[in-house]
Amino acid sequence: MTVFKKELRAHFASFLVWSAGVGGLMALCVWMYPSFAGSMEDVSALFAGMGDFSAAFGLDKLAFGSIMGFYGTECGNILGMGGAFFAALTGMALLAGEEGGRTAEFLLTHPVPRLRLTLEKLGALAALVLGLNLIALACGAGSILAVSEEAVWGDLLRFHAAQLLMQLEIGGMCFGLSSLLRRSSFGIALGLVVLLYALGLFVNLDAGLEPLKFLTPYYYADAARVFSGEAEALPVLTGCALGLGGCALGLWWYGRKDIAA
Amino acid sequence: MIKTTNLTKSYGRARGITDLTLHVPAGSCFGFIGPNGAGKSTTIRTLLGLIAPTAGRAEVLGLDCVRDRTAILAQVGYMPSEAMFYPEMRSGEVIRLSADLRKKDCRREAAGLLEALDLDPRKKIRELSLGNRKKVSIVCAMQHRPALYVLDEPTSGLDPLVQRAFWSLLEERRREGAAVFLSSHVLYEVQRYCDRAAIIREGRLVAEGATAELDIENKFFDYYEGRITT
Repeated sequence: MTVFKKELRAHFASFLVWSAGVGGLMALCVWMYPSFAGSMEDVSALFAGMGDFSAAFGLDKLAFGSIMGFYGTECGNILGMGGAFFAALTGMALLAGEEGGRTAEFLLTHPVPRLRLTLEKLGALAALVLGLNLIALACGAGSILAVSEEAVWGDLLRFHAAQLLMQLEIGGMCFGLSSLLRRSSFGIALGLVVLLYALGLFVNLDAGLEPLKFLTPYYYADAARVFSGEAEALPVLTGCALGLGGCALGLWWYGRKDIAA
Repeated sequence: MIKTTNLTKSYGRARGITDLTLHVPAGSCFGFIGPNGAGKSTTIRTLLGLIAPTAGRAEVLGLDCVRDRTAILAQVGYMPSEAMFYPEMRSGEVIRLSADLRKKDCRREAAGLLEALDLDPRKKIRELSLGNRKKVSIVCAMQHRPALYVLDEPTSGLDPLVQRAFWSLLEERRREGAAVFLSSHVLYEVQRYCDRAAIIREGRLVAEGATAELDIENKFFDYYEGRITT
């Protein structure tokens, strides 16, 4: 577990910053909800009349005036983007960061099989993403309780589970990509998240683009879909396959690649 | 200790090493000399399994360098030419990480080496000069008392006092039976400390033999320019 612990230590500061940022913003949003609650019905009516724009963000299905609708929209975006960015950046840094920082030569000249080393790095990624999501859940649920609102806890937990799965999928994909690179490319990591997010919007906008739902995890992790009980199993399964495919690519390729000096 | 047979590594158009056949006997200190880009580091990185050979084979301590990479690394102390570590870690943490990766408690040995090299384990890597990072590298390579030391330009960046301490430590390890395979640009070092040497040029071995017979310091350019081969 030496590599696992090393990675946790190395990414701890980044983990704290992202967790505090995502969790703090979610809590702040929920904290502000009671002051907006009175005017939310007007906002919901406004969104309902905005056609495709509302559909893109799932506002045609979410009751924005309720705490769950508000949570799914506001906190969903914060966690959906913030958590995915953290997972993507961490996944990207784990393998390529060793070569880019020229520390791979140090690490890989110790008697640790590359497969084990890569698995421990993958384990650290999963632990960090899980940690961020637990903090986000604690901040979200805690702040709902603090403002004395009634949440549908089952839906809330399903939504957070879908967000966790989405971030693990994105982290796994970036981990796989990272094994192919000689140095960390944060541009690729961030670009991938933005692309997947945009695909999620397009699927909501145009029924003709529905096959894209198998590519973007933003489809199955969408709060509107989770809360309305419209979640589908197949996009979740293809998402798992993409994430696991990324992990498998990382394990296989890093085990055989020539390490740059 | 090390045996390569027609070892070849090509990087597409860039030169690597070609048909390298050499033998490093047990207990010897073997110098590996050549100009920049001749293939010294490529040879070392192939022996340690960082890169895979294109053709030929290499054995280290009787083990295959591809198949038995982990078993080889357990018995080798490696010092890279550029000592690069995690900048936010303290030098003591890097040294402990290296021992942990080997699943060994090397605290006593590390403390002795830190004292001999006058290295402060509390300093962060990013605060260290190249020379001090090299000291960290020496401790990492030596603290587990390996059977074979593979050293890539070990004294570059070290001041003369530390160089003296380093050679003294290495001599002590050799007396205990360890073998040394080192690459160097410093001819007098190879002539003085190594009992055998090989010269590599453009990826090919041009000479190999006892250091005294090769007379490297006086005939180095003859070897380099291909006027003498062995």
